[in-house]
Amino acid sequence: METLMQTITQYGSGLFGAAWPSLWLVVWTLLKIIVLVVPVLTCVAYLTYFERKVIGYMHSRIGPNRVGPWGLFQPLADAGKAIFKEVITPSRANRKLYFIAPTLALAPAIAVWAVVPFGENLVVANIDASLLYILAIGSMSVYGLILAGWSSNSKYAFLGSMRAAAQVVSYEIAMGFALVVVLMVSGSLNLTDIVHAQQKGMGVDWGLNFLSWNWLPLLPLFVVFFISGIAETNRAPFDVAEGESEIVAGFHLEYSGMAFAIFFLAEYTEMILVSALTSLMFLGGWSSPVAFLPDGIWWLVAKICGLLFLFLWFRASFPRYRYDHIMRLGWKVFIPLTVFWLLLVGVWMLSPLNIWK
Amino acid sequence: MGAIKHFFKTFFLWELVKGLMVTGKYFFVRKITVQYPEEKTPQSFRFRGLHALRRYPDGDERCIACKLCEAICPARAINIDIGERADGSRRTTRYDIDLSKCIFCGFCEEACPVDAIVETRVFEYHGEARGDLLYTKDMLLANGARYEPQIVVDKALDAGYR
Repeated sequence: METLMQTITQYGSGLFGAAWPSLWLVVWTLLKIIVLVVPVLTCVAYLTYFERKVIGYMHSRIGPNRVGPWGLFQPLADAGKAIFKEVITPSRANRKLYFIAPTLALAPAIAVWAVVPFGENLVVANIDASLLYILAIGSMSVYGLILAGWSSNSKYAFLGSMRAAAQVVSYEIAMGFALVVVLMVSGSLNLTDIVHAQQKGMGVDWGLNFLSWNWLPLLPLFVVFFISGIAETNRAPFDVAEGESEIVAGFHLEYSGMAFAIFFLAEYTEMILVSALTSLMFLGGWSSPVAFLPDGIWWLVAKICGLLFLFLWFRASFPRYRYDHIMRLGWKVFIPLTVFWLLLVGVWMLSPLNIWK
Repeated sequence: MGAIKHFFKTFFLWELVKGLMVTGKYFFVRKITVQYPEEKTPQSFRFRGLHALRRYPDGDERCIACKLCEAICPARAINIDIGERADGSRRTTRYDIDLSKCIFCGFCEEACPVDAIVETRVFEYHGEARGDLLYTKDMLLANGARYEPQIVVDKALDAGYR
């Protein structure tokens, strides 16, 4: 992988090099973005298929199986349907905001991928403040939801967006505190360094690398981070923002066709993103769980798939939380828990028992 | 002691894990989906589907226009006009069933004193335009001619319970 990238860089800079050295940089970055975004969106499409299959199996059904072998072309059929459907605008809607809102939901979800490392040096932008970048851009996606509900000029959509805003903001805090602890034990905001920090420790000395990943010493934070991630993406059981049985479809109630599909793209992109971040920060990213197997991107993919399966499993198992219970969980349980664990880990790191040296 | 136990159960999300185990178990159970056009569920001989008007083996139509089916029909889907045939017998001049009104309760079949109107096992029929599901006497008699062998078998199977 490394040599391949070097070859492309050399060839490309030779192609443009002499006349226009900075142009190659732009082309190279665009290439990297395409190579990142296209697979991510393909994964999103197939995540919808995977979700319908998994939930179907848990209902002892078999899920989609009509389009193509085992229904594998179902996402393509869905995409075709969504594209050819009419996009209806409510007559009292604010047209500009109404059409900006889906973009605002999707753009941050994709933008965060820029700092996600898939392996050594396998990252679009290896910036030092990647954790801050994730928090900053990640919380922007809530604007899409708020604007969608507001510009639709519909009471259910408005209720949905209010719920989404309150929920995302509350869980952002718990998530942030969990990240602060990860930052403390890794000593870096850079995701690559965070993964590197998990590749040493007592577990590695025994050849059982997975024991020195952050999930074990920071187990409560791992759980809090993942649950907050589910709440952040407005997935079941925290999907009051959509709340089919109460407020029809929540913030995207008035949308149809591709505008509606974009909200789904955003939601599923964020699901994959939360799984990727959880894998990177708590499950050692691309590092192999045992010493005798080599590290590599496939470990990251496997971890992401496992966490995504959990997302779907939760959706098939749990009923929707009541709205006040969500708030109670966020403010009265998760935030005190993370703050307490933050202090505890701080004391732990100053004590002679520190394992993160 | 109970409080401590409760605390640990809550803290380790024990109830949630139990719930996940239930759905996790169902992930592996045998799937009960019937893949409809290829597979079909078994039908009872009392299945109530598309209607048919029957004839006697000698070709004379059974219906005597007593209007009992029209009277009992809860959806008022049946419309009958009466006339006298050349031989002086009482027969229908019109026998319409609006299948878009019909609720397939089977009362017409129960009410019929001469087993003229029956409901067959056929449920795979459709209409592509408004009015296609308004079945006239000719269409119902044609149904009867077409499905008579099956109707005879089903009536024989049901006879023991009557």
